[in-house]
Amino acid sequence: MTTLVIAEHDNKELKGATLNTVAAASQMGGDVHVLVLGSGASAVADAAKGIAGVSKVLLADAPHLGDQLAENAAAQVVAIAKDYSHIVFPATASGKNVAPRVAALLDSAQISDIIAVDSPDTFQRPIYAGNAIATVQSADPVKVITVRTTGFDAAAATGGSAAVENVEAVADSGKSSFVGREVAKSDRPELAGAKIVVSGGRGMGSAENFKILDPLADKLGAALGASRAAVDAGYAPNDWQVGQTGKIVAPQLYVAIGISGAIQHLAGMKDSKVIVAINKDEEAPIFGVADYGLVGDLFTVVPDLVKAL
Amino acid sequence: MKVLVPVKRVVDYNVKVRVKSDQTGVDIANVKMSMNPFDEIAVEEAVRLKEKGAATEVIAVSAGVAQAQETLRTAMAIGADRAILVETNAELQPLAVAKLLKAVVDKESPELVILGKQAIDDDANQTGQMLAALLGWPQATFASKLEIADGKATVTREVDGGLETIALTLPAIVTTDLRLNEPRYVTLPNIMKAKKKPLDNVKPEDLGVDVAPRLKTLKVAEPPGRKAGIKVPDVAALVDKLKNEAKVI
Repeated sequence: MTTLVIAEHDNKELKGATLNTVAAASQMGGDVHVLVLGSGASAVADAAKGIAGVSKVLLADAPHLGDQLAENAAAQVVAIAKDYSHIVFPATASGKNVAPRVAALLDSAQISDIIAVDSPDTFQRPIYAGNAIATVQSADPVKVITVRTTGFDAAAATGGSAAVENVEAVADSGKSSFVGREVAKSDRPELAGAKIVVSGGRGMGSAENFKILDPLADKLGAALGASRAAVDAGYAPNDWQVGQTGKIVAPQLYVAIGISGAIQHLAGMKDSKVIVAINKDEEAPIFGVADYGLVGDLFTVVPDLVKAL
Repeated sequence: MKVLVPVKRVVDYNVKVRVKSDQTGVDIANVKMSMNPFDEIAVEEAVRLKEKGAATEVIAVSAGVAQAQETLRTAMAIGADRAILVETNAELQPLAVAKLLKAVVDKESPELVILGKQAIDDDANQTGQMLAALLGWPQATFASKLEIADGKATVTREVDGGLETIALTLPAIVTTDLRLNEPRYVTLPNIMKAKKKPLDNVKPEDLGVDVAPRLKTLKVAEPPGRKAGIKVPDVAALVDKLKNEAKVI
């Protein structure tokens, strides 16, 4: 029984989500191998071989694997799938894109977004926006799984000493091609892995007003997030969205400012260790999950908070 | 170009579901059901393609219980031309739905299938990708922009850290993200018209698909609750609590 983890990376750096995924894979029993598929990604393979608990790193390196197109990535995984009992992806945009394609090609029923491993064939996963936790059992010979990274502590990035083995790359499917990428630039910590997250909602009122969160995030060393309402209104970029259909975060401290607390938003942050809500409506549902609530006008509270820190 | 749009009947997104006391599932008896929000966006996009002249016919398809007909009528009120219901009372998991949809695609030969990125009940986010795999078609998931020209679909996708654009050779699969469009409200005259549009009924057996669930649900439980919090009177008290009680800053 061996588990294959598909690494999350950008061809230069191994992403933190891989470490949480390795931690989940380690609980499934057996050896853990990591597959790095990319273009010019040998630095990523070198980083992966240091992860504690990894016994082998496979590197499939070819120009047409560089952009993580689902057709090529899935074919590459399927090409080596026969040696594995579990194939595990982080539940990131990239993992969610490729994993079900792999599962269908293997005629395996995928298990999405697991938050716990009960046994090698039994897993827990949230359904209905996190309002229920289902325990599911798979009888498939190869289990294809995506891991909710906030559900597992990260494996140590160093201490391992796996060997790197090259894997022959599959041919380009020719059915899709990469056109371009617009990466949002940010000096702040990555939202999904941040220790502290400061999020704004519709109550911010405008994109201009959203900037009053900057000094607070700077003081706290926090990542910035947003509710769907704030993103839809154009106050914040898409990739800041926290919720059922955005990012799932579980930081040490989550500060929700001007966010009412719809169930879809709570699904993305209710596993945070400490939740603070600042809202002028004392009936807002966010106060139902907040450890500390402050009823007041965010436009005076936030600057006061920055001063007090 | 024919466009196929799979739609799912789910518990309305505003309903907070309750777990049944025997932990066999969530209680969905007598709760409001609606079309999955991402599927509404998919239907809207298909209808817009038709209005632009890029699509000739829009077919809505759903798999599930007889009441899913209502969901299909909603799709036709938005502008779908006709509908197909694959009727079954069996529990349908994404792999089975993808196989049913493949059989429908083989019959109808659309050049584009637009699905929602995930259903808000099982939160699986699998069906579109699985259908693409079974058909051997390319896929563009989490689409926020879609353009069709010269036998190609150019799709902007929402990914971690920003946006990316890919080009697919048709036929292809696209799954919708929230910001692809704003679905229109259905009007009463269109609801009346939708009642006259054709709705075919087929069974999984007619399509030769085994829909038996492959994953066994052992238990469905309430998530662990959070202990009740407190309200603090002012900023000074908040900072004090965070520093000295919670010790998170």
